[in-house]
Amino acid sequence: MKFFEFIGQYVLFLRGLFSRPEKFRVFKKQLLLEMENIGLGSFGIVSLISTFTGAVSTIQIGYQLVSGLVPEYLIGRIVRDSNILEFSPTVTCLVLAGKVGSSIASEIGTMKVTEQVDALEIMGVNSANYLVLPKIFAGLFTIPLLVIYAMFLSLLGGALSGSLSGIINLDFFVKGLRADFIPFSVTFSMIKAFTFAFIITSVSSFHGYKTEGGALEVGQSSTKAVVYSCMGIIFFDYIISELFLKR
Amino acid sequence: MIKLNHINKGFGEKKVLTDISATFHQGKCNFVIGASGSGKSVLMKCMVGLIEVDSGAIQYGDKDFVSLGYEQKKEIRKEIGMLFQGTALFDSLNVEDNVAFPLRMFTKLTPAEIIERVNFCLKRVSLDNVNKLFPSAISGGMKKRVGIARAIALNPKYLFCDEPNSGLDPLTSRVIDELIMEITKEYNITTIINTHDMKSLFEMGENIVFIYKGLKEWEGKREDIRSSGNEQLLKFMKASEF
Repeated sequence: MKFFEFIGQYVLFLRGLFSRPEKFRVFKKQLLLEMENIGLGSFGIVSLISTFTGAVSTIQIGYQLVSGLVPEYLIGRIVRDSNILEFSPTVTCLVLAGKVGSSIASEIGTMKVTEQVDALEIMGVNSANYLVLPKIFAGLFTIPLLVIYAMFLSLLGGALSGSLSGIINLDFFVKGLRADFIPFSVTFSMIKAFTFAFIITSVSSFHGYKTEGGALEVGQSSTKAVVYSCMGIIFFDYIISELFLKR
Repeated sequence: MIKLNHINKGFGEKKVLTDISATFHQGKCNFVIGASGSGKSVLMKCMVGLIEVDSGAIQYGDKDFVSLGYEQKKEIRKEIGMLFQGTALFDSLNVEDNVAFPLRMFTKLTPAEIIERVNFCLKRVSLDNVNKLFPSAISGGMKKRVGIARAIALNPKYLFCDEPNSGLDPLTSRVIDELIMEITKEYNITTIINTHDMKSLFEMGENIVFIYKGLKEWEGKREDIRSSGNEQLLKFMKASEF
């Protein structure tokens, strides 16, 4: 019952959100600010996570495919597909749910408990639209770009770890990367990135916006934002895979 | 002028406001007094539309705020300035941007005109050279003044002040009181002040509404308080040593 209540509140929250911004100039300024926070602010952690994800996946796949019967380049191919289809969009977005999600929820939550949101409403500003819409659009712009960047770095990390550890020769790895490439994999990854970006920004904003009380409740909202965003990402990861990858 | 007609509000089983009717006059400092938990803040939030009333009417001039749609309410809200108990300044913006916020949102003024208006409002509340400071870097009294400057930036018709003196030393409290009084007279604003501060009330209160346990117990002028004969009001005053 509580779950349906949550879904109902979330849908109502989204409905109130999508209206024409009060002033486009102000919206544009907010959007750029949020793009900087979400996109540029997450550059470092995405670089680190994706490089190591690629490196570890290459070592593990190499470890599992120790056989003279399996062509060596297959390691590159499996690393490519697993990183493009799954690791880059899903792991990157799970990390962003933690970093961006908690930041959004605590920012809006603090504004709520210190009456800053009430101040906006009294001025006649649609507070949800003013505070949340730029975050959602910024997420939809920057998170897919971060995922593309993560794909590139994970393959680079895989190539480096493979050749440096002697698991696979760089030429074979590159051959694997190019073998039987299906461009739809990238499209699929982008569908996931857009969906996850929406989940992270909207669910976190919703939890921040629902905050009532004080500092303790802001912390709780922040935790809920991360947990619910991660659950949403995992659930929609399955749904999107089921819809687009079934042969 | 703001007129309340038979306002009722409850949260679940708990009734917070019962049949409140009152009139708040233009160009006057209208006080709403009462003990903590008496329903003053809920009444103020109902008046500005942050909480919806269960029944009753809130007349802003000839418009019933309760029956208006969201967009029409927004138009009335643009005529409202509010000073919050905790000031509610936007902590990601500096003083100048806080005061400029409503101007940027709702006017077509040029950036130069906005800055000019901001400086005028800050000067009006006796603040100089604080434009680039963030709320975290200024004192409580200065925050209240910035809050007032932001509230008057759009020349409001109605000014709501929720506990304007809370957390301030007696001297700063008097400065804030005088400022609210001057602004009310200068711009002919309908000012509504929620407070427990009886000193403020006796200095500036022109129309007083006393609320006790969600009921309006008394309404009148400050000169008439002592002769009101209302037991709860007299008890409240006695407790405040007036």
